[in-house]
Amino acid sequence: MTASGHHSISRRALVAGTAAGTAPIHGEAGAQSVSAPHGTPGSPEATTAQISLRVNGQSRNLALDPRTTLLDALREHLRLTGSKKGCDHGQCGACTVIVEGRRIYSCLTLAVMHDGDAVTTIEGIGRPGHLHPMQAAFVSHDGYQCGYCTPGQVCASVAMLDEIRAGVPSHVTADLMAPPQVTAEEIRERMSGNICRCGAYSNIVDAIVEVAGRPG
Amino acid sequence: MKFDAPASDNPIDRLKVVGQPVDRIDGPRKTTGTAPYAYERHEVVPNQAYGHVLGAGIAKGRITAIDASAAKAAPGVLAVVTTLDMPRLEKGVTNTASLFGGPDIQHYHQAIAVVVAESFEQARDAAAMIRVGYAPQRGRFDLTAEAPKAELASADSGAPPQEDRVGDFEGAFAQAAIRLDETYSTPDQSHAMMEPHATIAAWEGEKLTIWTSNQMIAWGKRDLARTLGLPAENVRVDSPFVGGGFGGKLFLRADAVLAALGARAAGRPVKVALTRPLMANNTTHRPATIQHIRIGAAPDGRITAIAHVSLSGDLEDGGPETAVAQTKLLYAGRNRLTALRLAVLDLPEGNAMRAPGEAPGLMALEVAMDEMAERLGMDPIEFRVVNDTQVDPDDPDRPFSQRQLIECLRHGAQRFDWSRRAATPGQRREGRWLLGMGVAVGFRNNLVMASGARVRLDRDRGVTVETDMTDIGTGSYTIIAQTAAEMMGVSLDKVTVHLGDSSFPASAGSGGQWGGNSATAGVYAACVKLREAVAGRLGFNSAEAEFVEGMVRAGNRGVRLGDAAGADGLTAEDKMEYGDLAKRYQQSTFAGHFVEVAVDAATGESRVRRMLAVCAAGRILNPKSARSQVIGAMTMGVGAALMEELAVDTRRGFFVNHDLAGYEVPVCADIPHQEVIFLDEVDPISSPMKAKGVGELGICGVGAAVANAIYNATGVRVRHYPITLDKLLEGLPATM
Ligand code: FES
Ligand code: FES
Repeated sequence: MTASGHHSISRRALVAGTAAGTAPIHGEAGAQSVSAPHGTPGSPEATTAQISLRVNGQSRNLALDPRTTLLDALREHLRLTGSKKGCDHGQCGACTVIVEGRRIYSCLTLAVMHDGDAVTTIEGIGRPGHLHPMQAAFVSHDGYQCGYCTPGQVCASVAMLDEIRAGVPSHVTADLMAPPQVTAEEIRERMSGNICRCGAYSNIVDAIVEVAGRPG
Repeated sequence: MKFDAPASDNPIDRLKVVGQPVDRIDGPRKTTGTAPYAYERHEVVPNQAYGHVLGAGIAKGRITAIDASAAKAAPGVLAVVTTLDMPRLEKGVTNTASLFGGPDIQHYHQAIAVVVAESFEQARDAAAMIRVGYAPQRGRFDLTAEAPKAELASADSGAPPQEDRVGDFEGAFAQAAIRLDETYSTPDQSHAMMEPHATIAAWEGEKLTIWTSNQMIAWGKRDLARTLGLPAENVRVDSPFVGGGFGGKLFLRADAVLAALGARAAGRPVKVALTRPLMANNTTHRPATIQHIRIGAAPDGRITAIAHVSLSGDLEDGGPETAVAQTKLLYAGRNRLTALRLAVLDLPEGNAMRAPGEAPGLMALEVAMDEMAERLGMDPIEFRVVNDTQVDPDDPDRPFSQRQLIECLRHGAQRFDWSRRAATPGQRREGRWLLGMGVAVGFRNNLVMASGARVRLDRDRGVTVETDMTDIGTGSYTIIAQTAAEMMGVSLDKVTVHLGDSSFPASAGSGGQWGGNSATAGVYAACVKLREAVAGRLGFNSAEAEFVEGMVRAGNRGVRLGDAAGADGLTAEDKMEYGDLAKRYQQSTFAGHFVEVAVDAATGESRVRRMLAVCAAGRILNPKSARSQVIGAMTMGVGAALMEELAVDTRRGFFVNHDLAGYEVPVCADIPHQEVIFLDEVDPISSPMKAKGVGELGICGVGAAVANAIYNATGVRVRHYPITLDKLLEGLPATM
């Protein structure tokens, strides 16, 4: 059985593919580099990639195993644990963050694909004592229960309202030629990538409607 | 403190803080991502390594060999512990299947190894290198096929299995003017809480601490000690925030055991989260049921005979899904029969999920009631009203402590415009949509559990409450703070609450909708003691002392509460225990669930348009968080009605759709605005809080209300959940 040999090959192939596939180089971070440092205890074959992220306005340099998802880079390496891991498979939305202005599932993308990107996590949206209006609305409408999906819901809500303002249509947008409206129906559709097993949807929609400033 | 006589007036009745719809005190932390959940507690102990759990690839049989050499040699790997390294570990009191150890496989994805490495990626990669040899055996995976071998089972594990009989069911049923004899089924369901089971474990010599996600701290501590052969005092369990449980985190699970074993092997703290695809088969689920219901009634609608027999399956030594529980108590009728049958299955362990028993039981019973009403030509609400009972039908000397079921239904009917429902199904159309309304009764017993707390008063820091109670989204932090604020006469911001640590007094924990009422009653008891200590220190007669607005007053003397604490503060600890009121009175909670659906006449797609729950559940300690409990449960009820089903591979013996893509749960677009009304009620029989549980009541009956609404819309009666469109298509009325 040569499983470990097989894996080290596939890992290098992955790294090569990743490096080639994410050619855009952002000024501040410099070129993505891939190296195989020596002397890491217990991991002679470990391969790391140097990347830089702009997280909540701060530049953060990271040396990462290229297999590290953006979510784990945030949670495990930068210790920004506000973003949650519910499934690690792009099935729940708990890991939603805003990258370059768009909401994404951070578990479904490798950190090395975001060298130089601007990432906004829940920590960058607001904090206790200085809540973002969306966070305050979630509190006053009780738009959560266990709280585990909540940072993802808040990030998704904030980015989702921007999408509507930018005129991005959704599955329920009836008139593709007119600007989409902030209706309860649009909100429900657009927030359906974020599961809340506690079932706070009715309150989440109320919170978002309040922040959007117009009734559904 | 013992609660053995109905509550009289007490400081909670002031309702200055309790009963108010205040925002959750943990809200800012949850909405900012600063509430710490188990896996992310980097700060609790340094040098944490990562564990990855491997699950068995067969459902039943033996492991013949494990080759972990490649895994051990893989980069970053610190330790590999396999199930062959030790004999089968002792089971926790609440576990049916073993959590680890030995070569025998009892169910698919049972844990068989943990790999510990410097990084998550390394541990996961190395775990994939472990080669396992299996000698599989034939298993029993099909509930229907095993039905003939099923045996009578008892709801209480101690009691001898027997049918419960009152009067002569068979005789009365044979003579009934109107009869129903139907079979219903509910599938296996998964809790699918958003936070996976996760634990950080650290050893200090023979002492073990786990930071975990668990609903029942005292059970977790006891069972971890038992499983690892440690004295209980060597184990500390800490779980201040739980990202959802729904019963799935009532028990010690493999994450905790393997984090502990991995940490011991690696000589370092280890953190382990079960991967999402492991959860459905490695942990517990709500077992499928096949329910046989017979109802006989006189032409005026009075039930003369009612029988409910439920079949479910579980591993050897497991228990039944107690789906007939509500049928013993919900409706009148002289002649009654209920029974549970249990088949042995080699599927993963069945166990409690939100409202075990009543949730699937009412999905069947309340559809049967709807069918019966139709056969009688009665309105479904009137049929239920005619059969109301204010006493335990099995024991007429035992009254319900409170039972406002009729009020729930009447109030809801008015609010929901029930009169607009067409009595004949398939009548209302709106374009391509067929519209229908359904009603069902929600019923869930109110349990009370002993619960303790410690309360401290400091001169400047106000009141601090410590209890091992958990907040699994239920609002425990907030209602405990409200209770302490009310008792001590301070505002909510003067109270700090610490939860979920086994070094705090043991509480009721979160389960069976007993947590809110029981845990606050424990805090009440500790506060009574603290009030006595304050009065004693001030030389006040404690019966006379009033605690209001941060002051203690007696006669014409008044002292600032903080000053009474003195420099060292005052601490009191007590627990609330219960006498036999629960035996003398039947304590239950009630709801009327109303649902309107639209079913696409061409595709059979069902959309829930309106939902209303009217609940009678004792005093509502915080209407805002209680309402959330109910809407969340209603949402899960919609899932149960329309989509949730663990698909069983009956050849290989596992749940196939074991992640959140395959196991569908409701999303935002599936759920309309939900309305909840709590009827005014206080129940002094229940506790000094005069509250009852509400967190599970919300799911009870919802599935049937959806099913009945779909029937009313389409005329298609589906008796086998979930009601997916394929089950409707054939019977839909011809499209326009
Ligand atoms: S954790 Fe990323 S979608 Fe679930
Ligand atoms: S608040 Fe628990 S999953 Fe949404």
